[in-house]
Amino acid sequence: MPALVAGIHAFLPGHDVDGRDKPGHDGLGIAGDLMTYIAKPKFHHPSLKKNELGYTHRDYEGKISTLCAGCGHDSITASIIEACYELSIEPHRVAKISGIGCSSKTPDYFLGNSHGFNSVHGRMPSVLTGANLANRDLIYLGVSGDGDSASIGFGQFAHSIRRGVNMTYIVENNGVYGLTKGQFSATADRGSKSKKGVTNTDNAIDLVAIALQLGATFVARSFSGDKTQLVPLIAAAIRHKGASFIDVISPCIAFNNHAGSTKSFDYVREHNDAVNRLDVLVGRDPIAVDYAPGTVQMVEQHDGSKIALRKIDADYDPHDRLGAQTFLARHAAKGQIVTGLLYVDPDAEDLHEHLNTVETPLNTLEADTLCPGSAVLDKINASLR
Amino acid sequence: MKPTDIAAPDYFHKVVDCQWACPAHTPVPEYIRLIAQGRYSDAYMINWKSNVFPGILGRTCDRPCEPACRRGRVEETPVAICRLKRVAADFKDDIKQRLPRPAAKNGKRVAFVGGGPASLTVARDLAPLGYHCTVFDGDPEAGGMMRTQIPKFRLPNSVIDEETGYILGLGVEFKGGHRIESMKALLGEKYDAIFVGSGAPRGRELDIPGRKEAAANIHIGIDWLSSVSFGHIDKIGKRVIVLGGGNTAMDCCRTARRLGGESVKVVVRSGFEEMKASPWEKEDALHEDIPILNYMVPVAFKHVAGKLIGVTFQKVKAEYDAKGRRNLVPSGEPDETIACDDVLVAVGQENAFPWIEQDCGIEFDKWHMPKVDPKTFVSTNPKVFFGGDAAFGPKNIIWAVAQGHDAALSIHKMLSGEDITERPLPDVQVSSQKMGIHEWSYDNDISIDKRYKVPHRDKVVALKDIRAEVELGYDVKLALGEAERCLNCDVQTVFSTSLCIECDACVDICPMDCITFTGNGEESDLRQRLKAPSPHPDQDLYVSSDLKTGRVMVKDEDVCLHCGLCAERCPTGAWDMQKYFIEMTHAGSTCPTRSRSAA
Repeated sequence: MPALVAGIHAFLPGHDVDGRDKPGHDGLGIAGDLMTYIAKPKFHHPSLKKNELGYTHRDYEGKISTLCAGCGHDSITASIIEACYELSIEPHRVAKISGIGCSSKTPDYFLGNSHGFNSVHGRMPSVLTGANLANRDLIYLGVSGDGDSASIGFGQFAHSIRRGVNMTYIVENNGVYGLTKGQFSATADRGSKSKKGVTNTDNAIDLVAIALQLGATFVARSFSGDKTQLVPLIAAAIRHKGASFIDVISPCIAFNNHAGSTKSFDYVREHNDAVNRLDVLVGRDPIAVDYAPGTVQMVEQHDGSKIALRKIDADYDPHDRLGAQTFLARHAAKGQIVTGLLYVDPDAEDLHEHLNTVETPLNTLEADTLCPGSAVLDKINASLR
Repeated sequence: MKPTDIAAPDYFHKVVDCQWACPAHTPVPEYIRLIAQGRYSDAYMINWKSNVFPGILGRTCDRPCEPACRRGRVEETPVAICRLKRVAADFKDDIKQRLPRPAAKNGKRVAFVGGGPASLTVARDLAPLGYHCTVFDGDPEAGGMMRTQIPKFRLPNSVIDEETGYILGLGVEFKGGHRIESMKALLGEKYDAIFVGSGAPRGRELDIPGRKEAAANIHIGIDWLSSVSFGHIDKIGKRVIVLGGGNTAMDCCRTARRLGGESVKVVVRSGFEEMKASPWEKEDALHEDIPILNYMVPVAFKHVAGKLIGVTFQKVKAEYDAKGRRNLVPSGEPDETIACDDVLVAVGQENAFPWIEQDCGIEFDKWHMPKVDPKTFVSTNPKVFFGGDAAFGPKNIIWAVAQGHDAALSIHKMLSGEDITERPLPDVQVSSQKMGIHEWSYDNDISIDKRYKVPHRDKVVALKDIRAEVELGYDVKLALGEAERCLNCDVQTVFSTSLCIECDACVDICPMDCITFTGNGEESDLRQRLKAPSPHPDQDLYVSSDLKTGRVMVKDEDVCLHCGLCAERCPTGAWDMQKYFIEMTHAGSTCPTRSRSAA
């Protein structure tokens, strides 16, 4: 075939048979419009309450969710928004860090004015640990899923908990690989059925049990469909100093909300065994707690905030790590999903204390502090001789 | 609370605040969408069917719809509904082919006393059904107060001619210059029914000292306006005081400015805020350099040798008693006399029926008003109906239209041998607007957008020519911008309890926090437990029946943007956006079987 000869094979622009001068629909965006959902109107309720900073809960929103309609993750997003609003957190003081997966997309949908890092699959805990060591002044919110934390990032999860990184680690747990269309994840219960009808033969990883075993100092489980329980749990976890872990069962509407699933709305509602409910009392406006005496246990955290625990199971002690583990195992065997604040150590230490790091975040350390000069070096060297 | 019965025609009707507030229940969002699409003639016909005088009302309506508009609750100002109505009238094509054809006569004759909006509405409804309609009016042309009392700079004759013409073109016989002086004589002419739409033709007097002595320069507002309208009066003194705070007062002062009044003042008894005049008419008066002085009660006309020289006012202040009722009490300041050459008295209008004899079978109450049934508009004489200002005192054109429709229905039912107290249900259609996964048949991309200003004629030019219309109306671009401010409140959020899985997606996405899932309770208790405050108890709560968890869905209709995000984010289609279209029953509508509910 002869090569193109300039001047002969030139393509003439315009002059289409149908008379249009541009292909497609004139003036309409094409590629950009395919994934566009309706934008959420900027209007908000005219008498919406404001927090101490003068923000409404709408000010803690992010972009509009692109997850499937009805996804449990969106409710967790809403709960994080509500918790941050209620705690009057300044958005620029939060770092939200995630891995890969449906769950790990969600930080885009809340706290639009916060720092964010969407890391590699399963590597959220390392990135978070590093960020935390570099700047201990931020509030760290690790958002992950059951695939991200119980499979590819299982080791990462374990080590960040074990080290006591000061963070709130939320697993949005739907027991299924949603992005690859519904395979069982590592947290899917043995015997539960996939949407296609396959029965799971593998044992499930219970992240709460592991977190308890590895020394997390705030351990809770909740359900995306129960915001009255979830919002205060997130708020209490944010105020906790140390490794806080919340496992949130979050039904996957598209692939794991059928009969036979143990992570569906119906199943979780039927088998939810809440040990307690809580109110978080922060600083200046304590809520008058008027529950029947003996049913409320006050837990004061390191920063002075209080958690009012309304006991549902009178014998449950959230300060007993071993007891919690046994309780959890016993109830799991009966097919019950234990939710609530399962364990808290209000006087926990975090990684910075373990490592005896400097109080000042690294990014604000001046050069003369970082490099104090040869005299100091000589002194150190002398001490080692 | 009991689950909301959305099948009751009123429930969704109330959600369309503008339509509910409109006495004629014009389907406002429907015609605004048509305007946005450039379908002005279609928009006009929807109006024409419902309110008969879109071009006239688009300039003069008192706009009960606008304070009701939901946009006013979520933003500062409501949609400029009235001005959009005018847009439909201004930009429509020739719509004559769409009007009903004059029907073959059915042999029944109906007489109309007065050719104003009430009578013309009744005639418009009855003529296409074959009734022979004869309209009597003392004035030579049809239109009544619309023609005689509203100044031409607000409502040009061409608009009145056009819209009264559409009605007279239906085969309605108009007898101008033929004032009915005796009801008895009219009854004697053996009409099958008589409709009295003679308005409230008498301006209220202000009987204070000096009234008689200075009479030459004291004019009754509405009489003066109609004299101006007919060209009998074409000038006034340089200094004019207008007494009264209603729309007639506004028309008087602005007319006076055009007839040589250089210093025109409006003086009202009440506070500026409580004046009866529409806020935009007050604004227009102020714009024409007419100050409005408030809390001043006229006590005497000052005169020298039979010539008016001024008006003396007592200064008052408002005091509120324990029940919150306002009383005007003297403030103690000295009286003030304002010098003037002429006074226009616009302190109200009254009905007058000197032409109705006592033995016509028409009973009057102690206020000398005819006893009229507020639903059927029949008087105590079963063949005589009243409507408009003649029935219940002075109101606005749109009320006369609404009452005219109801009276026409009564007359039609009576002459068809049916029970006039049985009112047929309105026709309601509800249909889903979903077109695709993320596609709806209406524009639901709602943004913050302030109300568009309407262009005015230059003040210098406007004040020189009493016939030059001041408001110029929106152009197409402004109309489109304003039309897009409409929230489409007629596209309803419809909830199906059986489909809901309580995933909270709608709660999380709703920009206005309208939706709450909670335990049921009494309304007052529920309103305390909603996700956002509920400051307007007159706005309904939409409550579902019990869901699986035993909770109910509660939606506060108050500030719903009808953006459809709840339906968009609902995984099961439990929420759907459905257009609600209600056609009020007019004479000749079918299905007169079930009696109407509260609508």
